[in-house]
Amino acid sequence: MASEGSQKHTAVAEPEPIIAPGHTLATVTDKISSIVLTPGITKGWLGGFTIAVMLFLLLNVVMVYLFTFGVGIWGINVPVAWAFAITNFVWWIGIGHAGTLISAFLLLMHQRWRTSINRFAEAMTIFAVMCAGMFPLLHMGRPWLFYYMMPYPNPMWLWPQFRSPLVWDVFAVSTYFTVSLLFWFVGLIPDLATLRDKAKGRISQVVYGMLALGWRGSAVHWSRYEFASLLLAGIATPLVVSVHTVVSFDFTAAIVPGWHSTIFPPYFVAGAIYSGFAMVLTLAIPLRKYYHLEDLVTIRHLDIISKVMLATGMIVAYAYLIEAFMAFYSGSEYEKFMLMNRMTGPYKVVYWGLITCNLIIPQLLWFRKVRRNAAALFAIALVINVGMWLERFVIIAISLHRDFIPGKWGMYYPTRWDWATLAGSFGLFFVLFYLFIRFLPMISMVEVRSLVHQTEEEKLHA
Amino acid sequence: MPQIFHRSANALARGSIVIAIALVGLLGIALWEITMSPYYTEQDVTRQQPVPFSHRHHAGELGIDCRYCHTSVEKSSFAGLPPTQTCMTCHSQIWTNSEMLEPVRASYRTNQSLAWTRVNALPDFVYFDHSIHVAKGVGCTTCHGPIAEMPLTYRAGTLYMSWCLDCHRQPEKYVRPKSEVFNPFYQPPPNQLELGRQLVKEYKIQSLQHCSTCHR
Repeated sequence: MASEGSQKHTAVAEPEPIIAPGHTLATVTDKISSIVLTPGITKGWLGGFTIAVMLFLLLNVVMVYLFTFGVGIWGINVPVAWAFAITNFVWWIGIGHAGTLISAFLLLMHQRWRTSINRFAEAMTIFAVMCAGMFPLLHMGRPWLFYYMMPYPNPMWLWPQFRSPLVWDVFAVSTYFTVSLLFWFVGLIPDLATLRDKAKGRISQVVYGMLALGWRGSAVHWSRYEFASLLLAGIATPLVVSVHTVVSFDFTAAIVPGWHSTIFPPYFVAGAIYSGFAMVLTLAIPLRKYYHLEDLVTIRHLDIISKVMLATGMIVAYAYLIEAFMAFYSGSEYEKFMLMNRMTGPYKVVYWGLITCNLIIPQLLWFRKVRRNAAALFAIALVINVGMWLERFVIIAISLHRDFIPGKWGMYYPTRWDWATLAGSFGLFFVLFYLFIRFLPMISMVEVRSLVHQTEEEKLHA
Repeated sequence: MPQIFHRSANALARGSIVIAIALVGLLGIALWEITMSPYYTEQDVTRQQPVPFSHRHHAGELGIDCRYCHTSVEKSSFAGLPPTQTCMTCHSQIWTNSEMLEPVRASYRTNQSLAWTRVNALPDFVYFDHSIHVAKGVGCTTCHGPIAEMPLTYRAGTLYMSWCLDCHRQPEKYVRPKSEVFNPFYQPPPNQLELGRQLVKEYKIQSLQHCSTCHR
């Protein structure tokens, strides 16, 4: 009895390894590259890809119908002029932030556990930003004039309205996409060179060879690679904070109660990281199971990711509570009504669903057993993803549907085209992601090899 | 291991970067030039009319005032195109057998209007009013060009919003004394800016630049 007790309370002597012991440089390379270079496709991949393609085709149908008949096919009207489209935009952009945080911020913080997840997390970011970027274009009344948002020399001598957060969005999102894509691609170059060297077929050799940009693996190349990675990480890190801050300004710049709140920038950034890590888990858990990557993406990774989710979840919970407190502390009848309407009004099911998904269920993450159980984490991650979508819907649609003047109040009901657009965006995301896992190394061979090397060095010098 | 690419791939890769940047720049320049060209703006393009009416002969050589035909320019947003009766005030007496004028006589006989092709037309989302411009010292030839020297009518300005804004932002560059508004041969004096500033004050020209001024 006593010995069991002391075992429980004694601190673990060595932290759990973030890579399973027994790996060498060669085994890491072989394991990851074999997923890509093995010819043919598995039935599981094909099944998932088929569903993704069908959703993507649905997206195409929706886009044609939308551009023909206009945004009235959605349920939007006055007062709720923004509903699913902007909810989806904010949700997808938020998801992207986790990837950048893992790749860039944790690189600068020298967190070695990021090495096995950063490649597919950054890919997730790029595809999420692509999905997000669609929605501002789709939601325009005249989408063929989308280029008006960019400051180009035009015969009208007009610039975009630089005072508007909607224009800041254009710059924020396009910067974010460009930097993320560059960072991801630069990190991929040595891995592409590995694939070029190991590929058997001529086409594979040529394609990977062109993408690898002539990488030789010389010391000069490696030195430049390290420098470029650090530089791009330094550029990408502030974007984690700034992009979602600018997105939150879309709302804070307005006077609507429930939008005009100074807590939005940190609240949104924390929420973005929260939902992004949940999506990383949603992707990582099936991937590691299906491709037998448990030795690279270990239980310790899941544990750490859960702790990050818990921390950001608590920040988001704080934001909910402060919003509620400020609604009453302000004395403003409009703010008070806004909160009471969320809690007891016609959309109260959505609001309480949000509280359950984002606040209550993730409290399970306090328990070590839950954090180390892949199936439980998968379920919780899905719940958080749904919860974060509900949060954006609550902020956007519920704040809009009842604002200052009761004569303007109205209800919003989503139409089938609203749901189809949302489902279609998943199609785009998963088509790209499935292609990514088939044709590109989903784990960074370079970084995991350096982790193996460092771990061995530490053991030798311990 | 054997090389996948020939040695020339290096030069090709570096060259393609330079070419790509140059191409993007050229594309931008090309788009701008096309947008500013007569292909797009129809500036200086004479268009086919039912009768080859010569402003040069009528307004320039004969000295007929603009308002003889374009009657509503001082009172309305639209300057007005003349009915066939206006042409027949002279051409019932002169050139009565001319083949060139047969469509005019036919129009008079059958009471069918001549279908003139609009040379200066703004898009429907722009609300332009002639009367206020004429009343405040903007001459006909300021916008419509050297109309009294045109044997066939063409558009003299691009009619782009930037072209309108050029004057709206600085009316002193173009305003003329009210007595000279309908003078087709008026040339701005060397001290146009000084004269212009004085006229802007005198005529109380507001040079409105708000969006809803024209996009009502």
